[in-house]
Amino acid sequence: MGSFDFGVSLAFWLTIFSTLLCVYYGAVNWNKGSAEKEKNVEHWAQEEDKIDEEL
Amino acid sequence: MGMVENIIIIAYLAFVGYLGFLGYKKTKNKTDYLIAGRDTHPFIMALSYGATFISTAAIVGFGGVAAWLGNSLLWLTFFNIFVGIFIAFVFLGNPTRKMGYRLDAHTFPEFLGKRYDSKFIQLFGAIIILLFMPLYAAGVLIGGTQFISLYFHVDYDMALFVFSIIITAYVIAGGLKGVMFTDALQGTIMFVAMVILLFATFNALGGVNEAFGKLDVVWNATVLEPLSNISLKELKPGGPDFMMKLSQLWGFEGWNKMPQFLSEGWLFVITSITFGVGIGVLAQPQLVVRFMTVSSKRELNRAVLIGGIFIIAMTGIIFIVGALSNAWYYEFNEGKNALQSAGAIGKVIPHFINTAMPKWFAFIFLFALISAAMSTLSSQFHTMGTAVGRDLIELVSKKDMNSTMITRLGIVIMIIFSVSLAYAFDEQPAIIARSTSIFFALCAAIFLPAFLGGLFWKGATQTGAKISMIVGFLVSSFWLLFVHFKEAKELGLAKAIFGSHSLLSGKIIFVDALVIALPLSAIAFIIVSKMTQKMDEKHLEKCFND
Repeated sequence: MGSFDFGVSLAFWLTIFSTLLCVYYGAVNWNKGSAEKEKNVEHWAQEEDKIDEEL
Repeated sequence: MGMVENIIIIAYLAFVGYLGFLGYKKTKNKTDYLIAGRDTHPFIMALSYGATFISTAAIVGFGGVAAWLGNSLLWLTFFNIFVGIFIAFVFLGNPTRKMGYRLDAHTFPEFLGKRYDSKFIQLFGAIIILLFMPLYAAGVLIGGTQFISLYFHVDYDMALFVFSIIITAYVIAGGLKGVMFTDALQGTIMFVAMVILLFATFNALGGVNEAFGKLDVVWNATVLEPLSNISLKELKPGGPDFMMKLSQLWGFEGWNKMPQFLSEGWLFVITSITFGVGIGVLAQPQLVVRFMTVSSKRELNRAVLIGGIFIIAMTGIIFIVGALSNAWYYEFNEGKNALQSAGAIGKVIPHFINTAMPKWFAFIFLFALISAAMSTLSSQFHTMGTAVGRDLIELVSKKDMNSTMITRLGIVIMIIFSVSLAYAFDEQPAIIARSTSIFFALCAAIFLPAFLGGLFWKGATQTGAKISMIVGFLVSSFWLLFVHFKEAKELGLAKAIFGSHSLLSGKIIFVDALVIALPLSAIAFIIVSKMTQKMDEKHLEKCFND
């Protein structure tokens, strides 16, 4: 990578940095944000029942 | 073709068939068929997003462009990951998912239509998809079919027929579930092939630093020294040396360097390639709809990790390998660079795979390319089908209709239309070759302000969204037809009416349509929204609160 000029080096390292950011964010928040899931499932169950009834 | 290869092909098709069938089995209602039941696994969602985004054109086409213009294309990879994955998933994904759920939206046009409480917006969105996505799909279809017919030595029409039948079967039967399951398989194949390709390339060139270092030597020996004192007119138009000379004239100084600031080459790499594709991805209907397929923010968080790694393995690797192919050819093909060896930009990657890599790898890579085409196509077909079924027929007709059946019908109509285009235009006329960039520019200019405003700004109004979409459409169409050096020339309308390829001259014609149309459409959106009546509080409550 020593032969890259400044602009290409910047793109290269920003690419690596963004990938690491995605990995870090995904890993740290792996189990976060699932609270609303139960509520949604409940709603779907009701929707499914309604559809079954209609059928 | 040997016995083993035949067995692998049959196993692959059987597996694709099985996943399509699995989608069919798990599809019980319209929500399953249109948005995969809003309960997709993060691994499948992330790979499906990535594999849909990356088509054969992105690998073969952009890989070839990297062989021509070099590592400055890494700016696009940075945008693909930072904007296309991180910003899209972390900031847009969850609000889209939640609002889509609250509004019971099943397609991207329906999402916008319901957010702004406007049938016009939903119809307009569907019509844009139906007018321009078939061209984009035909482009991908032609690319994939040409590859199959070349490799298997079969007739183009026959290959196109079989290829489209296979995709049609699983898209129609399995709905978005079938599409996403097969996408995940195809994404995995693409990932494995790319990682092997990177290691094999560095290995052949003696290591990472050695490989990049050689590019400067090759540039000096094959471009700088032989071409500096030759004028463009002395070279065969479109030939390898012509293209390299052109890149020099555009301000490129080597495969490891950025073109000169604000030169034609710089404007092309930054505005057309990096912004055009890198930002355009945010408003792609077939990708936005993926956010509505998961059940909670947790799935999106997990998908960020998988998506980030997937995309760097796609565009990151193919750009680096594309650029490095120059060093490989120089070393192993009598001191020639990539374009001199392969003959044309679009031929570099296939030629490189066939000459530089072992035969077994060429076979795996073929699968990766077929997978890339199939995963992009299946999503395009599904999106177009839902635009016909859900957004057009169901919206216009007053009766309560069976969405799944109408969407299936819509998919059949749009597949027949796209395949007919691919039959009619197998010679790849300019409009098809430019269809990806045309579609990206149009989508961003038309949909992005209304989409972002709809997610985050309660002050956004229906009229604001309508005007912004119309301004985006008119300005980007004007720029594509009459100004931009590539599209305007190849579409030919400017020449037919005004006798000149572009109405403007100078460096401005190198600026991408998106860079001009998106700000204007955004300004129109803000100004008109400020000037017009706010949307009903109750409606906003429904959009923004659970």
